[in-house]
Amino acid sequence: MDFAFMQEAFLRLITGIPLTLNLAFTSIAFGAVLAMLLALLRMSNVKVLDWLAQAYVFVFRGTPLLVQIFLIYYGLGQFRPTLQELGLWGFFREPYWCAVLALTLNTAAYGSEIIRGGLQAVPHHQVEAARACGMSGFLLFRRIIFPIAVRQALPAYGSEIILMVKATSLASVITMMEVTGLAAKMISQTFRAVEVFIVAGLIYLVLNFVITRIIMAIEWWLSPHLRRPPAVEPRLEAAHV
Amino acid sequence: MSNGVESLSSQPTPAVSISNLRKNFGNLEVLKGISLKANEGDVISILGASGSGKSTMLRCINMLEVPDGGEVAIGGEIIKLKHSRKGMMPADQRQVDRIRSRVAMVFQSFNLWSHMTILENVIEAPVHVQKRPKAECLAEAEELLAKVGIADKRNQYPSHLSGGQQQRAAIARALAMRPDVMLFDEPTSALDPELVGEVLRVMRSLAEEGRTMLVVTHEMGFARDVSNRVVFLHKGVVEEEGAPADVFKAPKSERFKQFISSHR
Repeated sequence: MDFAFMQEAFLRLITGIPLTLNLAFTSIAFGAVLAMLLALLRMSNVKVLDWLAQAYVFVFRGTPLLVQIFLIYYGLGQFRPTLQELGLWGFFREPYWCAVLALTLNTAAYGSEIIRGGLQAVPHHQVEAARACGMSGFLLFRRIIFPIAVRQALPAYGSEIILMVKATSLASVITMMEVTGLAAKMISQTFRAVEVFIVAGLIYLVLNFVITRIIMAIEWWLSPHLRRPPAVEPRLEAAHV
Repeated sequence: MSNGVESLSSQPTPAVSISNLRKNFGNLEVLKGISLKANEGDVISILGASGSGKSTMLRCINMLEVPDGGEVAIGGEIIKLKHSRKGMMPADQRQVDRIRSRVAMVFQSFNLWSHMTILENVIEAPVHVQKRPKAECLAEAEELLAKVGIADKRNQYPSHLSGGQQQRAAIARALAMRPDVMLFDEPTSALDPELVGEVLRVMRSLAEEGRTMLVVTHEMGFARDVSNRVVFLHKGVVEEEGAPADVFKAPKSERFKQFISSHR
């Protein structure tokens, strides 16, 4: 094992981390919004909307992300004149936006099922208590249903976030020079696949280690009700005023 | 909106008025035309065997169950209902929300919001539903928690409290809305026997303050000693009704006699 070379590879590959994280978090952010909408459609009790959301989830969960990326990047290129007419070509011309779009659509499908699970597991009793206090509609959702659902969905959503960080490596096939893209390029120049991929793998491992810690910290922060109570009441005066 | 001031006139507006209430669950007729009036300051114990419809009746008062027929009026205001494909439903959700914010409910299984501290539970509806200033609500919440004897638990979460403490917190949450009427749906049935007393003591003190309370309960002692009226339901109809001293001493209905003797 050539450690000097691995160090060189490391210094080269870490320059891809910003793009990796950028792709991951941009698509996770857009995807979460879309996932929320899909989950609400599924629970809307309107058959057509429910069916649409189900079909969406079926398609995007049932086909490989790589195929989705190819279809969006290469496939839509065939419709260039139409897209130009619609003023969308500037968007679909960019591999970055194609990657973000594919990742977003994909994570939204998985995310919507996680959110739906969280929403459906909100204890009916607590919702009823809120209704009995005069809450309904968005107020009920914002104050009671959503905060409880988030706490229930977070562990599963954490896994989804980690999956997304790893999924960004597929963007390398459409010329994105994130960590994996840089690794592939370096291998084609040096033919030293083992060292380069070990370094790339370690980088993902460290990224995901940090991300899992952050998610764990958020979970801890959101769930004081699941921990043992403090033995002694903390100082009360300033706590809530 | 009507309020307590009007009721000083010769004909007081009942705090709660139910007339000819009907409710079916599928083919099962749970309420078969129940009428009941509660005046301000009344403490009414609603008794009955399981399946008699007592909880359903209570839940119809704040529309947690929507009746299939009949009328509910709170402080003289009739809750408007309309027909829909799925049966009856409230015609005006805002009216229902407004009425619910004046009619507090205490549940059998407490139903505190698990993600909020006890203090946050108590101020939630006053701040977000009634839109009262937070500082005022906090001060009042502190007083209420002290009153029900759990001031030291204010920053803990429901899961950290015993059943009796949770139910007292739920009562504080109900009181924080300054309700005109309080509904109690078997408030001590989910408690360990040794915790029942602490909740009943709080409820007794509320009755002594002159609050209007409708209490579905199995606690005969409470019905006898605290309430000023007892209503006994059997198979969806009012089988016996009257002052506790009368109905317990000389029950008219055979069913109620049996019920009393089996609940000693």
